[in-house]
This record gives sequence, structure tokens and C-alpha cells, in this order.
Amino acid sequence: MTRLPVKKTYKLFIGGSFPRSESGRTYEAEGQNVARASRKDVRDAVRAARGALPKWAGMTAYNRGQVLYRLAEMIEARTAEFADLCSGRPEVERAVDRTVWYAGWADKLAQVLGSSNPVAGPYFNFTVPEPTGVVGVIAADEPPLLGLVSRVLQALTGGNVVVALASETRPLAAIELAEALATSDVPGGVVNLLTGRRAELAPWLASHMDVNALDLTGADGDSPELERAAADNVKRVVHGDPDAQSPWEIASFLELKTVWHPVGQ
Amino acid sequence: MTELERKQDRAPVPSEWTYASAPEARDIVTLQDRYGHYVGGEWLEARETYTTISPATEEPLAEVGQATPEEVQAAVDAARDAYANGWSDVSPSERAKYLFRIARILQERSREFAVLESLNGGKPIKESRDVDLPLSAAHFFYYAGWADKLEYAFPNRKPRPVGVAGQIIPWNFPLLMLAWKIAPALAAGNTVVLKPAETTPLSALLFCDVLRQAELPPGVVNIVTGDGRTGAEIVKSEGVDKVAFTGSTDVGKAIQRELAGTGKKLTLELGGKAANIIFDDAALDQAVEGIINGIYFNQGHVCCAGSRLLVQESIYEPVVEKLKRRLTTLRVGDPLDKNTDVGAINSKQQLDKIQELVASGAEEGAEIYQPPCRLPEQGYWFAPTVFTNVAQSYRIAQEEIFGPVLSILTFRTPDEAVEKANNTPYGLSAGVWTEKGSRILWMAERLRAGVVWANTYNRFDPSSPFGGYKESGFGREGGRHGLEPYLDLT
Repeated sequence: MTRLPVKKTYKLFIGGSFPRSESGRTYEAEGQNVARASRKDVRDAVRAARGALPKWAGMTAYNRGQVLYRLAEMIEARTAEFADLCSGRPEVERAVDRTVWYAGWADKLAQVLGSSNPVAGPYFNFTVPEPTGVVGVIAADEPPLLGLVSRVLQALTGGNVVVALASETRPLAAIELAEALATSDVPGGVVNLLTGRRAELAPWLASHMDVNALDLTGADGDSPELERAAADNVKRVVHGDPDAQSPWEIASFLELKTVWHPVGQ
Repeated sequence: MTELERKQDRAPVPSEWTYASAPEARDIVTLQDRYGHYVGGEWLEARETYTTISPATEEPLAEVGQATPEEVQAAVDAARDAYANGWSDVSPSERAKYLFRIARILQERSREFAVLESLNGGKPIKESRDVDLPLSAAHFFYYAGWADKLEYAFPNRKPRPVGVAGQIIPWNFPLLMLAWKIAPALAAGNTVVLKPAETTPLSALLFCDVLRQAELPPGVVNIVTGDGRTGAEIVKSEGVDKVAFTGSTDVGKAIQRELAGTGKKLTLELGGKAANIIFDDAALDQAVEGIINGIYFNQGHVCCAGSRLLVQESIYEPVVEKLKRRLTTLRVGDPLDKNTDVGAINSKQQLDKIQELVASGAEEGAEIYQPPCRLPEQGYWFAPTVFTNVAQSYRIAQEEIFGPVLSILTFRTPDEAVEKANNTPYGLSAGVWTEKGSRILWMAERLRAGVVWANTYNRFDPSSPFGGYKESGFGREGGRHGLEPYLDLT
């Protein structure tokens, strides 16, 4: 008699845990019942993200780089599973390599993006990049894994925390990624992944007053409306490329802080 | 407190004498009765006008244009035309030389501009002469040098100008804000349509004469005057590729909404409610000067003003005592008097807003202190004001007053100072006063603000990036970073 496999329940990823939607709803995608997040789940995810920010942003850049490298290891270890949920092995390999690439950026950003400024006065004046805070990501449908990894990693590398809406039609790669994140030493709450109806959830994410920036890469035609909502608290809005890999992508979710330090005897 | 300090603090303030007036000569400025819009290198007769005044006396100074949609369109067309036919072909090193020329002419005509700035804006001549003008010239000089070095500012990228920049500036530092906008835009190879603030158009209009002297090609800089309606036309105009706005957070949000979905580049430098934090080991007299400079500089019409004073509890009493004493020595009055420390409130509208918020502070339970001072009868004036007994929830501790009004709060530990300082939707600036260098940097790391001043306040430099976190806006002005909003980088 053949063994009956134990099937996975596809849930959300909030604050390092895997809850069902508080609404109790699911929808069918890629042949599976997937959690259909609600407005309340968005709020819970933002709250978890905000709570995780001090730890992630306060980590040394070297440590953050190592944790992201560990994430690459965890994705690599699940290559076979991921390959079934995206366009195949090459996409997984690119996602791993991209994660490693970003991991290496963590402790170089300040040197490339910052500056010391020769002001006319007795001050040591310098400018350093800092994370913007909570970044909302609306992931593109394609490529299902690489598209999400690319947009989440550029926010994470700079020390931001993320609430991401996974692709509505291709959410399984996102849930698999949540499992990799959960075993990677990325602290709980640093990345929160929601599955569900984009049109239902995106406006709540875009208008949330405790979200600092918004990545509309996967927002398609809804962009103008979401951008308008984002203005309520002057969010930084980015329209990225789902396949981008660049330090300037990281820079779009960084603030620049300039410090005037006195010089004297 | 040492015996010496005690003696100094008790020194009687002379009450029977006053400063002799020391007015700066006004005749260095020649005003026209009527100004048009500066479009395509020529003066366009304004179809509608309004009267711009001196806020210190309410004396009418000139009739200036209230640009209509057609006039704004003409300015945008002129900028587009100059961008397409000429300016983008000017070699970067020649572009640099135009900017160097502008910097030099501003230095040469510095006093004329300083007087005009004080006349139209109400700020003390001491400040327009020693701060606004030198910084404006320095800003052009700094960005001039970048014009032919852009590829070094952004290695591995191809910097290209954005096109036409629409720029809207506030009334608190009219010429300096113009410099902050125009210098990087031109250095990056763009052309410009700029609107000065409704109440302070004159220095921008005089700047057109600097452009003439610098022989800047026509249409590269176009200046239209008017109120918010004119600004809205610039924002909406299809010929504008990039919008840069400095002003209130409310208007900034409206602009961000208006531009939603257009793909236009946007930078916003908005309001603030900065904390100025005094630790118990700070050099107190120096810190008191810093508090004064932080909030009464330019009548508190400063987006990064240190409007919330956070004093460590153990030194609360001496700080408040020294501060009140220092307040009595501030000279409020004629902006053109070289002795004046605090000038006129910029407009009736702003005065109303300050009065409304100050009334709310008293109503909510804060204790008000104003030094005895005689305010002129004509014009718009507000005495330097300190509120003690302020709770974080009071409007005077939350809302930007944009006037000479300081709210004092206390803290016990560095952590509490950080928490209180960051407890605002704004994040433009902060001040830290302590003799401990490691604490300066510890605080600087934690304050959610774009600029942190340690043992100083309200200090600016063209090489030093300036701009906000959170609802204080996005994008930086100054430094290498200030070029980026004016470039397409691929």
C-alpha cells in the first residue's frame, strides 16, 4: 500500500509565524488552497514589521550581510521545491545568486552612497544612508520567485523591514520563500508575506500611515490610485523592475542623514 | 553654578537706555512700480497683478504678476524650447562658467539683495546680509563646479538632464531657496520654471537681472510670480518633467497626489518640528545661544527650526532661567536696522496662524513667557515666546508653528530624549548639545531626522545635503546628493 503524503497548508507569514488569515478565507491558486489575507492581516503584518525594525536596522551591516547570505543558503537547499513553483531551476539559481550579491552589499552601502562633506566651518560633516523603515512591496506575477526576491532583497539589504503582497496568481513561491526565511536567521517580522487578492489588499498597504515606502513593481494599472493613497504620509514610491539587481535599487529605500559634529580642542 | 556665573546672571539688565537706530541704507535697491514675468529672457507684461508689501510696515513695494495658466504655459514652453534648442548643446564646462558668473554677480550685488530680502520678507538685515546672501552665492559656486564633473559624481552611470524642472519655493529664505533650486538644476543641464512665494517675489525678480548680466541664454531660467494657483499650474503642466517643492507638508502631499501616475520626478522639502536636545553636561551658555538661534533665527520661519526644546531634567531650571534672561536682550523691530535680532512676521496670514497656535498652547495648559518688548504698531509682529509646562500631546508640541515660539519639554535619559524627539510625523532636523562626543554620535544614529546638528544649530553649507525623513519630504538638496533629483541616471 502506497503511503499517503502529508500535504502542506499554505498560510501567511507574519512576525515569523505562519498564521491563517484572521478572516478564515482562502482562495485557490496553482491548484492549492491559499490563505486570502484581509485588511486586518495587512495591519498585523505592518505592526510586526515595525516591531522588528529596530533589531534589523540596528544590526551591524556585516551581520546583516551574513544573515542574508544564510538566506541564500536556505534557498539553494530548497532548489528542487522552488523549481517546481517558478519557471524552473535557472530562476532559482538566479534568485540564490542575487541574494548572495545583495548580501555582499550590506556593508558597502555607506561607503558608496555616503559622503563626508567639506563644510566651511569647524565641523566634521558626514552623510550616511539609513533605512527608510517599513517598506510595502507589491510583487509582480512574473517571474514568481525572482520577482519577489529581487524586490524584497533590495529593501532588506539597506536595513528595511518588508510587508510584501505576493503575486495573486503565483503565490506558492512566496510561501516557499517564507519557509526559507523562517530558517535563515532573518528575525521574525523583518519580512512578512501576504497572499490574497491584490486589488483588495494593496490600497490598505498603500494608505497605511505606518508604512514609509511603497514598491509598486507589481501594481500594474492600479498605480495612480495607490500612489495617491501613498501621499497621505509622504511615502517614498518606487516603480521597479521585477528583475532588477542594482545598488541604486537599494538606495531608493534609504534616507540620507547628515551630521554636523563639532571640531575643537 | 560657580560664583562668577552667579554674579553674571544677577547682573542688572539696564532698563533706562535703548540702542540708537542703525538702519541699513535702503537706496541701494531700486524698485520698479510693476513687474511682469520673466519668460524666455524677456519681461512678459503680467495680465493680472497683486501688490507685494513690506511686512514690517505694510508699505506697498510693487505690483507683481499673478500668473495665469497661459502665462505659466508660456514659461514652460520657453523652458522646453531652451532645453531642446541650445542649452542641452552647451558644453558642461561652459555651463559651469555661467553658474560661476551667477555666483560672482551675487557676491558683487550682495548688499543690494540683502536689503531687498529684508524689505520684502521682514527678516533682519544682519541675517540676510550674513547668512542668506553668502550662502546663496556659495551654492551657485559649489554647483558650478559639478556641472562638468557629473560622471564622477555617479560612477558607472550615465547622468543625463531630466528636462524642464518646475520649482516652487517658500517665503522664509526667498533667494537662498531659489539658489538651492536653480543651481543644481542648471548644473545638471536642465532648464527651469521657478515660482517664488506669493509674499516674497522681489529678490527672484531682481535675480533675473543677474541672469541678464551673466548672459545666460534666454529661456534657461524662467520666473513667474503668483500664489498657489500659479504653483498648481506648474505642477500640472505637461511640459514639466520634474517638480521640486519646498513648503508646507499639506501642500507637499497635495502635489504628490496630483503627480500620482504621471511618472514625473518629485522632490519635497516640507515641514518640521525639530527637537533641540540639551544634556546636563552641555556648555550651558553656548547651548542657550544655540536654543535662541535654533528658534528665533529668521523669526522661527525655518522649516528645520528647533521648536521643541528637550532639556534634561537636572538642568531644567538653570536653562529656563538663562533662556528667559537672554530673551530680554533680543531686539525685535525694524528688519533694516543692523541691531535687530528678530524682524517682522512675513505676512498677516502667518501672524494669524502663530496667534492661533499660541492661543491653543495657553488653552491646553502650557505656561507662556514673553519678554517685555515694544512691538511696532504698523506691520506684523510677534514677540519671542517660550512655553513651559508643555505636554507632548499639545498642539504647540505637535504642529509646526513656523514662528518665534518655543515649547520646552524635559527628559531624564538619552533613550527618553530619543523617543520624545522622534515622536512626530516630521523628521527634518534635530539638535544635540553635549560635551560627550560618543553621545553625539549615539544620539545621531537614533534620531529619525535628515540633519543632526551637534553643539550648533541652523547651520547650512552647499556641500552638506539637507532634507527630511518621514513627512518632512524626500530628496536632498546640497552636496553630491543634491544633484541626483535633477538627473536621469541609467
